[in-house]
Amino acid sequence: MKQIITIATKEFKDYFISPIAYIVISIFLIVSGWFFFSTFFLYERADLRDFFGLLPITFSFIIPAITMRLFSEEKNVGSYEVLLTMPVSFTDIALGKFFAATLFTASLLIPTLSYPLFISFVGELDKGPVIGGYIGAVLLAGAYCSLGLFASALTRNQIIAFIIGCSLCFTLTIIDKLLFFMPANIISIIQYIGADAHFSNIAKGIIDSRDILYFISVIFIFIFSTYIVMHEKN
Amino acid sequence: MIEVQKLTKYYNDFCAVDGISMTIHKGEILGLLGPNGAGKTTTLRMLTGYFRPTSGTIKIKEMHMPEDAIKIKSLIGYLPESAPLYHSMLVYDYLNYVAKIKGIDDKEKRYDRLLQLSDLCGLSDIMAKPIGNLSKGLKQRVGIAHAMMTDPEILILDEPTSGLDPNQIAEIRDIIKRIGKEKTIIFSTHILSEAEATCDRIAIINNGRVVADDTTAKLTQSVTQGAVIKLTVSGASRDQVFERLSTIDPGLEIKDIAPPEDGVVCFELSTPDNRDLRSQIYLKIKETDWIILQLAKESQALEKIFRNLTREDA
Repeated sequence: MKQIITIATKEFKDYFISPIAYIVISIFLIVSGWFFFSTFFLYERADLRDFFGLLPITFSFIIPAITMRLFSEEKNVGSYEVLLTMPVSFTDIALGKFFAATLFTASLLIPTLSYPLFISFVGELDKGPVIGGYIGAVLLAGAYCSLGLFASALTRNQIIAFIIGCSLCFTLTIIDKLLFFMPANIISIIQYIGADAHFSNIAKGIIDSRDILYFISVIFIFIFSTYIVMHEKN
Repeated sequence: MIEVQKLTKYYNDFCAVDGISMTIHKGEILGLLGPNGAGKTTTLRMLTGYFRPTSGTIKIKEMHMPEDAIKIKSLIGYLPESAPLYHSMLVYDYLNYVAKIKGIDDKEKRYDRLLQLSDLCGLSDIMAKPIGNLSKGLKQRVGIAHAMMTDPEILILDEPTSGLDPNQIAEIRDIIKRIGKEKTIIFSTHILSEAEATCDRIAIINNGRVVADDTTAKLTQSVTQGAVIKLTVSGASRDQVFERLSTIDPGLEIKDIAPPEDGVVCFELSTPDNRDLRSQIYLKIKETDWIILQLAKESQALEKIFRNLTREDA
């Protein structure tokens, strides 16, 4: 446990040492801010529905950019050897890196708290969907971070890790919109796999254990896959 | 202390290490010698648990490698080949992070240990610099500080002196010798004189196999018997000298070697039964008016063993 915290702290600090963090944060805030404010005054609605509605798509591109360096960079520079010869287990490393990325994505959301604050000045804000939305956003971030972590463990090339991560996250986001291509008997399974539906349930303010269980399962499966990849590669 | 049995590593179809067995005792300094690509680094990486062996066993202090990996790793201090470190971190932050991971929990103890290491490895001026900006030698020193963080019982150093200037090489050899009194050290190198000067025992690896493994003294002894005499003479032609030398002893083998400058001739002389013929050679040449510039018994014993054992056609 102590090792996980040490690794997570180090990785989290690393984000702020390199320029990646600032670039990613700026892009995320510009994109999400533009989507949010471009229609905000037209509809005269005091909610964050548009912001949360687009979050899965934005995250599918932002999070792989955050996670791509986790393993690829270490493998490329050679520090992976240093890390693996210290008294830490594969699980410590995978979890440490996962928590660092998730924490970083969560801190990315902090500036967006100004949106609900801003709305509450101009209109009556329904708190439920906003709180649910942020809980859902952190769960979604966790799930996508585990996917990105897995993609990064596969290769020493950060660009490849980014592309694999994007494809995985994007697939998980849009898969339940492609149901009419699927055979009828597996539709219900595919529908369950899609992340968007689970996220929008929570973002409506309905916190259902099934949705939470879904995100926790995705996180578990991909951290475990990362563990297997690490094990097989050495 | 360390027992290695039939250690083998394949990269796909390529066999990097082919059935290495050896025992390393406590307090020994073992030098792994070998040409590039012989399997030194792969062997060390398996010992440190970075690579999993394809087959074979590693036993360190009654613990087995894959099962007790974490316990074993905490006994070992490891310096990888090119000291690959986190380039964006500051030296202090990096060492502090390593200390935390290696289980020095107390903040003050950590600080004390970092101070000690910075004195030992000469890091005090660079503590606040990013690792990526350091020169190769300085990075290597940070790597050594990393390896010695918890004062480990076993130190594994992969080419610790590569890329360092002569002063730093001497410093690092000193460190190795000093700490080698209480600790078990394994290091790889391709600088033979270094192995000769620092190691108690030398193992020569070629094509993934151990081709020689003995104490440094014994290894050197085994070849000094077959010593060669180097002779450089000026004031005579090659044929004149050759003729004169061949009258000394019927068994004398005379080999031409390229002369170092104009107007001199250079030979390598040896006898199959290892007699020292220096005095006869001297007397024979004294009869003429030639000048002997060099008459010496070659002492690069280890180099010879190394070349003999690792030559491709051998």
